[in-house]
Amino acid sequence: MIAYVAKRLLAAVPVLFGLTIIVFLIMAMIPGDPATAILGSYATPENVERLNRQLGLDRSLVEQYLVWITNLFHGDFGRSYALNRPVIDEVMERLSATLLLAGTALVLASVLGLLAGVVSAVRQYGWTDRIVTFLVLVGISMPAFWLGLLLILLFAVTWRLFPASGMVAIYGGGGPLDILRHLVLPAVTLAVVATGVIARLTRTAMLEVLRQDYIRTARAKGLRERRVIFRHAFVAALVAVVPVIGIQAGFVLGGAVYVETVFQWPGIGSMLVNAIATRDILLVQGGVLVVAAAYVLFNLAADVVQTLLDPRLR
Amino acid sequence: MANAGRSGAVSLLLNNRLAAAGVALLALIVAVALLAPVLPLADPNATAPADRLMRPFSPDHLLGTDALGRDILARLVWGTRVSLMVGISATAIAAMVGSAIGLVAGFVGGRIDGLLMRGIDMVMAFPYILLALAIVAVLGPGLLNALYAIAVVNVPFFARNVRGMALGLSRREFVDAARLSGQSGPEVLFAEVLPNVMPVIVVTMSTTVGWMILETAGLSFLGLGAQPPQADLGSMLGEGRKVLFNAPHVSVVPGLMIFVLVMSINLVGDGVRDVLDPRLKSGALARPSARTRVERADAPVATTPAAVLELKGLRTLFGLGGREVAAVRDVDLLIGEGECLGLVGESGSGKSVTAMSIMGLVPSPPGRIGGGAAFFRGRDLFALSDGEIRRMRGSAVAHVFQDPLSTLHPLFTIGDQLIEAIRAHRPLRRRTARQEAADLLALVRIPNPRLRLEAYPHELSGGMRQRVAIAMALANDADLVVADEPTTALDVTVQAEVLTLLNRLRQEKNAAVLFITHDFGVVSALCDRVAVMYAGEIVETGRTEAVLAAPAHPYTRRLVDCVPVLGEPERRLDAIEGRPPPPGALPKGCAFAPRCPSVAPVCREAPVAVRELAAGRTARCLFPLVGAGHV
Repeated sequence: MIAYVAKRLLAAVPVLFGLTIIVFLIMAMIPGDPATAILGSYATPENVERLNRQLGLDRSLVEQYLVWITNLFHGDFGRSYALNRPVIDEVMERLSATLLLAGTALVLASVLGLLAGVVSAVRQYGWTDRIVTFLVLVGISMPAFWLGLLLILLFAVTWRLFPASGMVAIYGGGGPLDILRHLVLPAVTLAVVATGVIARLTRTAMLEVLRQDYIRTARAKGLRERRVIFRHAFVAALVAVVPVIGIQAGFVLGGAVYVETVFQWPGIGSMLVNAIATRDILLVQGGVLVVAAAYVLFNLAADVVQTLLDPRLR
Repeated sequence: MANAGRSGAVSLLLNNRLAAAGVALLALIVAVALLAPVLPLADPNATAPADRLMRPFSPDHLLGTDALGRDILARLVWGTRVSLMVGISATAIAAMVGSAIGLVAGFVGGRIDGLLMRGIDMVMAFPYILLALAIVAVLGPGLLNALYAIAVVNVPFFARNVRGMALGLSRREFVDAARLSGQSGPEVLFAEVLPNVMPVIVVTMSTTVGWMILETAGLSFLGLGAQPPQADLGSMLGEGRKVLFNAPHVSVVPGLMIFVLVMSINLVGDGVRDVLDPRLKSGALARPSARTRVERADAPVATTPAAVLELKGLRTLFGLGGREVAAVRDVDLLIGEGECLGLVGESGSGKSVTAMSIMGLVPSPPGRIGGGAAFFRGRDLFALSDGEIRRMRGSAVAHVFQDPLSTLHPLFTIGDQLIEAIRAHRPLRRRTARQEAADLLALVRIPNPRLRLEAYPHELSGGMRQRVAIAMALANDADLVVADEPTTALDVTVQAEVLTLLNRLRQEKNAAVLFITHDFGVVSALCDRVAVMYAGEIVETGRTEAVLAAPAHPYTRRLVDCVPVLGEPERRLDAIEGRPPPPGALPKGCAFAPRCPSVAPVCREAPVAVRELAAGRTARCLFPLVGAGHV
């Protein structure tokens, strides 16, 4: 098993390299001259040229990439000119907030989605199934940025149960309980779409599994129906659902951009939106790269869980 | 038609109704958006500082006004128009680029395919929205740039789906034929392949267009899409957010519009998928219940309570597309203590359904017990509660199924599965049960039983797996073992071994066996008595030697004639010309009449009753091949 995890980690390396290439190429396509952008349009040609040389922009694309990736390895993601601090510091500070939010949302979505999917399949075509199916449809059609505003209006303005915003930093601040209070609304908002997708897939997977011969065997053995459903069928369905949970991690990490903006959550998503508005390209680059790497690791974890569940994959 | 069948149909109808509602809603939205220029709306951009933030249902402003006093209704209609246009354009771009990549990759194959798909994988390694953000970061905020970004991140979905389809098509005969006829690659691609991948493209479009509208609205909401004075639903929502607390309607209204629009598209998409997925249509994804539903027209009483199993007038029905057909009709069977009864017939003759009906293992829906009774030592099994049946399954009556690979759970060790079977009926400690499980494996002659307990089904050979299944059936000393073609899926040499084992064990354990097979050779090696099934009915019964020596029914005669030496490959039943009638279209008279060599006109007139030829010997034939005297 350890060998397997090591193998999968190794296989993730080229993917991570691919990510750096794509991010580098996208940033290299920026129209106009970065030096002019930094110095402003009144800069003298000599200054522009000097800065270009300083930034290594006079060299070939391959050379530029090699310099850039070497710097990445040394933890040098460049400097954010809008914030005037190293990109890596800003990104790492905000990464924990985003991972807390996205992680909570993903756990919430997985638990609720799996539960709803199983109940829906077991009560197929019953009222519970119809209600769940309808809620799933509502969930996957829901714009997260709008849902966030609605929840703020209801829970923060009208009923004053949870704060609408004001999460400052994970460390320091008001302690775990305060973090939890701030976490509830954004995490729920972020979880809704993923819950719908996971519930829908779980229902289909359960229905598919419940038709299998080995379920008939389980019943022929005289097992209780509860055991047939929750052990024999659910575990088999989980094998199909776990990779989708991994993929949903990507949608949750991406959706965090909206939710962090709505709730002013101090994560990478809201950082990216500001960085794009101020055209702080290196900050965008660093943020995108780190979140994409986190996504690769989420998927890796999903793969490993799937392999743990299914001996045939080992 | 029974309850479950009806609620299944209702639900499909409901699904259709939802899809219809989606179509209607979407059509209404599109119509209003298209007609925006001619509708009697206020100027969406006319500001009126005096009228700012008016509530909905104000005079002149049905949905109120925004922070600049602009009419929200007018802005909503125009914004919807922009959002729709952007979403549809993005979908079209993604579909064109993605399909082109997919077509080329699938059709050309080789290194180009590898290269293109690696690139697609890389794009998909990014969290969806993040990549769009990176692209907008480079191109700069703006509606058109947001459109491009969303299109790019959706390209992989089209490329993947289309490539899969194109890859399959490029190996088909008609594509080869077109190539050989001298058409160039691009010609074949556009003339032969493209039309066939069109459905895939359409389905992918219908499932992605909703997201694309949602995501472009999202970018506008973040201020990265539509820039003032241009407005789409997303930027309206984003601007409204600034006055969320004192005028919530300014943001709630456009958000609701996005939600309704996306939901109507998803409803239509689901409808399209349901229609295109034939499994849903046939109800094949219906979840079978834990026990076959029993709705009997009659419930006979036991006449031989001493028998281990007595079937009387068993009738099992299946719902098929709104109609119900009898797969098994009026089946009578008797199995005595420790006796082995062979149930023989072609596939589709109803022998498996008969066997699975006994302990309620026929899936419901679509099946149900429509009449008759199954008595286990005189107890009417169909009248028992679910709990009582469950306690008898695996203890009083055990099963061995056909394909041991699909019937053992793939994710659990065989040890776990054996222990579970033991502990389902006896409250043993895990360690004791484990010892018993190892003993069971030794009993079915599996070497290194303790070690094998840790093995997963896929790590064993087919013969080994079936031994495990037999061990599981013997775990609780069942009085009756129902074996449904237990050797059919195995190699011929392994077949003989498993049969020998089964025969020895049933004699050692004194278990009665109902042995289902299509192979008279197997019957002669194993069974005391035999019952022959044809088109859902028993057509002949008798002691094995008697039936083999002198078959009474012409169908049995044919089956016996086909018997080769035990252990030879199959395909002997193909020797009978014609096919059995489907259960829904039985002839009026004898079901075998259309294939019978000695058919007479009278055979076709009315159903033929079972006649007793001698003690323990019956046949369902007007002209049995042996008279009463011969038996």
